[in-house]
Amino acid sequence: MAPDINPFVIFIASIFTSNILLSNFLGMCSFISISKDMKSANGLGLAVTVVLGFTGIINWYVLYYILIPLNLLYLRYIVFIIVIAATVQVLEMVIDRLSPALYMSLGIFLPLITVNCAILGAALFVEIRKYDLIQTLFFSIGSGLGWWLAIMALSAIQKKLKNAPVPAGLKGPGITLITIGFMAMAFIGFSGMVPIQ
Amino acid sequence: MADRPSVIMKKNLWNNNPIFIQILGICSTLAVTNNLVNTLIMTVGLVFVTGFTNLSVSLLKELIPDRVRMIIQTLIIAFYVIIVDIVLRAYLPAISRSLGPYVGLIITNCIIMGRAEGFARSNPPVISLWDGITSGIGYMWVLVMIAFFRELLGSGSLFGIKILPDNFTYWTIMVMPPSAFFLLGIVIWICKSLILKKEGGK
Repeated sequence: MAPDINPFVIFIASIFTSNILLSNFLGMCSFISISKDMKSANGLGLAVTVVLGFTGIINWYVLYYILIPLNLLYLRYIVFIIVIAATVQVLEMVIDRLSPALYMSLGIFLPLITVNCAILGAALFVEIRKYDLIQTLFFSIGSGLGWWLAIMALSAIQKKLKNAPVPAGLKGPGITLITIGFMAMAFIGFSGMVPIQ
Repeated sequence: MADRPSVIMKKNLWNNNPIFIQILGICSTLAVTNNLVNTLIMTVGLVFVTGFTNLSVSLLKELIPDRVRMIIQTLIIAFYVIIVDIVLRAYLPAISRSLGPYVGLIITNCIIMGRAEGFARSNPPVISLWDGITSGIGYMWVLVMIAFFRELLGSGSLFGIKILPDNFTYWTIMVMPPSAFFLLGIVIWICKSLILKKEGGK
């Protein structure tokens, strides 16, 4: 847990080698159910990236300026969840106001994100790995992009899979999971090059 | 509306298993399945949280306004997860450290929210508690099975005790993340085939 890793290394690592979805299994639920349709996958990926970027920073400030000075660390789960829910709510209103077009494509995904484990997970990783502000920023955005990349790749593969002869019992989630397994192997194959952890 | 306890148990353990039928809540817990001890502790925590969340939601269902119920349910879940976290820190500090952030992530585990929404909100307290516990156990046995194979083939041991002889070549992939996806995929495949076969035979 070296706190002095170059933020850029964290950025690359969180997109590829330590992809929050493929190596930490975070955000699987929505991942499997949404990945059937490429357009929604794109919208959800964008929404996750935006929310992760904002909540990563806000949770960092909350952690180091409120929770630790007041010795309230044990409340962090509740506080993080509330921060995430509030951020999502505010973002929803702002996007609605500024760009109705974007709201139409993003709006339905924002509430889903409150219960996406990737967001809370990233906040908890930031706390455990003791990142500073810049590292947190790069880590959060990188994780979001990594998640986006993974869901897009999977939904593209699923499009092809539709025409493949899959055994009846394996149809649906079964084959999806095995596909994700292969993707995870491909992503994690490079983990020796840029290690964070 | 409410089934008998035995029917609920059978549903949650097999016909409507949270993992291989509903595909819920696999996020946080797959990560800990490379080791049986961690898996057991984590899933016992989950059974506790699911059961008591269901009980609380069911007790409070008259008082919770519909519009804010999601956030209230989340807070109830977070409350029980904090209890689990504090207990683990106090009595099993080593395991608590190796579980890392995943204990906290029980909060966003969709299965708990799913049971609270789908069952506890429309059923009396005691049966909701039972539903929560059996759902948790339905979740537990699948994950323990996956962990069994991952630990046996990946590090040649069970519960940290060496089982396989030294000249056995460990399957390194089994301790790495991709194997969890493969094994879960295979488990889903087997269970679904069995269910399909049974339905076809009728």
